[in-house]
Amino acid sequence: MTELLLLALGASLVNNFVLSNFLGLCPFVGISRRFEAAAGMALATLFVLTVASGLSFAAWQWVLVPLGLEYLRTLVFILLIAGVVQLTELMVRATSPLLHQLLGIFLPLITTNCAVLGVALLNVDRQRGLLESLVFGASAGAGFGLALLLFAALRERLETADVPAAFRGAPLALITAGLMALAFMGFAGLGSR
Amino acid sequence: MSPDAVITAVGVAAALAAAIGLALGWAASRLAPDDGTLVAQIDALLPQTQCGQCQFPGCRPYAAAIAHAQADIDRCPPGGDATVRALAALLDRPARPVNPAYGVSKPAQVAWIDEERCIGCARCLPACPVDAIVGAARQMHTVIVDQCTGCELCLPPCPVDCIELRPVPVVAARYRMHRAA
Repeated sequence: MTELLLLALGASLVNNFVLSNFLGLCPFVGISRRFEAAAGMALATLFVLTVASGLSFAAWQWVLVPLGLEYLRTLVFILLIAGVVQLTELMVRATSPLLHQLLGIFLPLITTNCAVLGVALLNVDRQRGLLESLVFGASAGAGFGLALLLFAALRERLETADVPAAFRGAPLALITAGLMALAFMGFAGLGSR
Repeated sequence: MSPDAVITAVGVAAALAAAIGLALGWAASRLAPDDGTLVAQIDALLPQTQCGQCQFPGCRPYAAAIAHAQADIDRCPPGGDATVRALAALLDRPARPVNPAYGVSKPAQVAWIDEERCIGCARCLPACPVDAIVGAARQMHTVIVDQCTGCELCLPPCPVDCIELRPVPVVAARYRMHRAA
């Protein structure tokens, strides 16, 4: 239990996927202009990460390893992730057409969010079990969502700030992300995992 | 690598892709029945004023509520009796007059800003559901007539009551709004 808690803490805060591993930066910058859209993206990514890490563990443990096809893992994981993302898109479109419009191209692009593939590959490399994989995936998703929501809230407030012309838009967003990454370094050493 | 290994690898990848494809196809048929198209058909009959008089945020949410039998078809004053008749025909229900609890039907209208009196407070901008008002703080505002749906939502926020609604002539582009009359 403590083990799982430490794992979750490590994946969501200490080794935050966006702010200390720099994975999944594309949606982090792309979909953080509006808080509601960011919240939708955070939930969608959390769902995809959790389901995809469970499925990729199953595929690894019960299909690839028994058949000696370990070298196919990238292909198979991407296939699974793409499937889960399509499922998520169907669900979002059925439940909230407005959110579907807001997220636009970034929803199918969760497939290429390297955090998702990163979690699947890390789970396999560290030889985690099913429960551990699911916990790792969910807490990586929660960490991604936390960073995305904080960043979106900051950007919404900065929208109206009086900023020198040279820094408006993308430069300010990148500086903000950098400062957030610095702040998240404060978690380093917490639980030391 | 032996031919057997290649066949296994291709077989596993193909089987996995087929399984995912089947699962997605099944999910697509379950998650999006003809629901979306029914909502779209109802939405197409509504006047798209986005006025919120039906107590829903806009025409599409109202269409979704009708499709899920959560709201009756008589809630649309801008569409008037003609819209209720069209909805009744589509949904095979008895037509009835618009419920006066949700407002009265008026002929098609658009907002007009008295530019002499406008103080440029910009409070009407967020109220407009179709972004038909142009302006910025301390600048005079004006209405894009082609975009305005005459929903009256800009009237309450105006502190100087400089917005009024004027009837618009019948033109093909505004046919939907005029059907009520």
